[in-house]
Amino acid sequence: MRMALLEVKNLGISFGGLKAVDNFNVSIEKGELYGLIGPNGAGKTTVFNLLTGVYQPNTGTMELDGVNLVGKSPSEICRSGIARTFQNIRLFKKLSVRDNVKVALHNDVEYSLLASIFRLPSYFSREKAMNEKSREILEVFGLEEYENSYAANLPYGKQRELEIARALATEPKLLLLDEPAAGMNPNETAELMETIKLIRDKFDITILLIEHDMKLVAGICERLTVLNFGTELASGETSEVLNDPKVITAYLGE
Amino acid sequence: MQNIVEQLINGLSTGSIYALIALGYTMVYGIARMINFAHGDIIMVGAYALYVGVSLMNLPAAAAILLSIIVCAVLGITVEKVAYKPLRKAPPLAVLITAIGVSYLLQNLALLIFNATPIPFQSVIQVPSVSIGGLTISGVTIVTLVVTLISMVLLTLFINQTKAGSAMRAVSEDKGAAELMGINVNRIISQTFAIGSALAAVAGILYICQYQSLRPTLGALPGIKAFVAAVLGGIGNVPGAMLGGIVLGLIESIAKAYISTELSDAIVFGVLVIVLLVKPSGLLGKLRNEKV
Repeated sequence: MRMALLEVKNLGISFGGLKAVDNFNVSIEKGELYGLIGPNGAGKTTVFNLLTGVYQPNTGTMELDGVNLVGKSPSEICRSGIARTFQNIRLFKKLSVRDNVKVALHNDVEYSLLASIFRLPSYFSREKAMNEKSREILEVFGLEEYENSYAANLPYGKQRELEIARALATEPKLLLLDEPAAGMNPNETAELMETIKLIRDKFDITILLIEHDMKLVAGICERLTVLNFGTELASGETSEVLNDPKVITAYLGE
Repeated sequence: MQNIVEQLINGLSTGSIYALIALGYTMVYGIARMINFAHGDIIMVGAYALYVGVSLMNLPAAAAILLSIIVCAVLGITVEKVAYKPLRKAPPLAVLITAIGVSYLLQNLALLIFNATPIPFQSVIQVPSVSIGGLTISGVTIVTLVVTLISMVLLTLFINQTKAGSAMRAVSEDKGAAELMGINVNRIISQTFAIGSALAAVAGILYICQYQSLRPTLGALPGIKAFVAAVLGGIGNVPGAMLGGIVLGLIESIAKAYISTELSDAIVFGVLVIVLLVKPSGLLGKLRNEKV
């Protein structure tokens, strides 16, 4: 039996009287490509915000590799192995493409403030190592030619890729992608599907993604959970779930 | 002609000190979105720390300078942790009032320990003055200009070329996203206060080497003028604070020499009013749309 990488049980959060997410359960295995779908306002992004510590749940437990996530701050959760992208791109627009990746690099390559201010020899070697690491990650997405331009000046599709690159720089075990194909044309989406599969294998990570593009979902997700009004409507193998009458009703109406 | 050159050099020197202080205001604003009104009093603490080191502990000048910088950096971090951090989610007004409170606290502590009587202080900068043609530039002025230039170059390199500097810019742009990328925002805020306060200590040292007298309120006026400089340059903008400080020093010096000594401060603040009328975001600042 494979060990679950992410184990979420009975997760719930209310805003005022509204139960945004209620009794949400999911168990994602290592290396899996898992989809989270549902109509607008179903609570998908709220689940991401709970998983990354932006919101604290009212009920339930979340564990990554057996380590509890509830009560941890976003930066702690990031360091314990969950990274994400955003539905509306949130790059550091005034930073160069390279610096966007560099700031997210795992903190192992940290050095003392004094060393950097006085530019001691350790500064040069470590800073150089980080620049090289950033470049390696950018190369996966073919972004290295933009290395020195501001993130704000990248074309839209490239900005989405840079967000994924930045998330990968934190060396996650689990990568959360929030509508990675939003605003992309069919060609870009097809390319993105390949990229997602590629990074899953190359970086040996697990991916949980929110997506409205059913072609992408059906094409790459192995299992799915469908959310509706904050609760689980269906979950299981992608093909079964997508043919479930309940799911079709939720999407298309009676 | 000679006179105007001399005034310009004086202005550059005063402006350098303003710029060093303004950097602290602007960096803290950029990261923590607050105006640290206690920042001016850090200069005063730096000045007194130098005095304690040199005159009371008989340390060599270099050691006393280092002591002063360390004391201020630690004080900056402590003030943030004790007074501002608990108010991270409080309305801006509460933070502003607290900062003013910290300012009075520091001034009154100095009053309690050192009395209100001004203490004469011998400059620790022993550099001979230089004569070029008929123009004489004092050693303190030269050191002020050189030290400021070096500080600015180092700071710029740090902010633009190191990972810690990039992290600072990232936090200043989107704190939430920065946290989600694993950046320890609390540590970045501490670092910012430490750097800002260390620069204030340097400014304080240069300031009393020029004015050679210590009072508990000595930080108030340069503090407020440096704040004006930061706003003039565009608050939150690092090159803006440098430019704002220098411009302010030059205006002040020219106004003192050619218009009126009494009116010079009024002219300085008048310039601020005019600049803000024409360009509300400051000389180098960009209009920021507040997120809802």
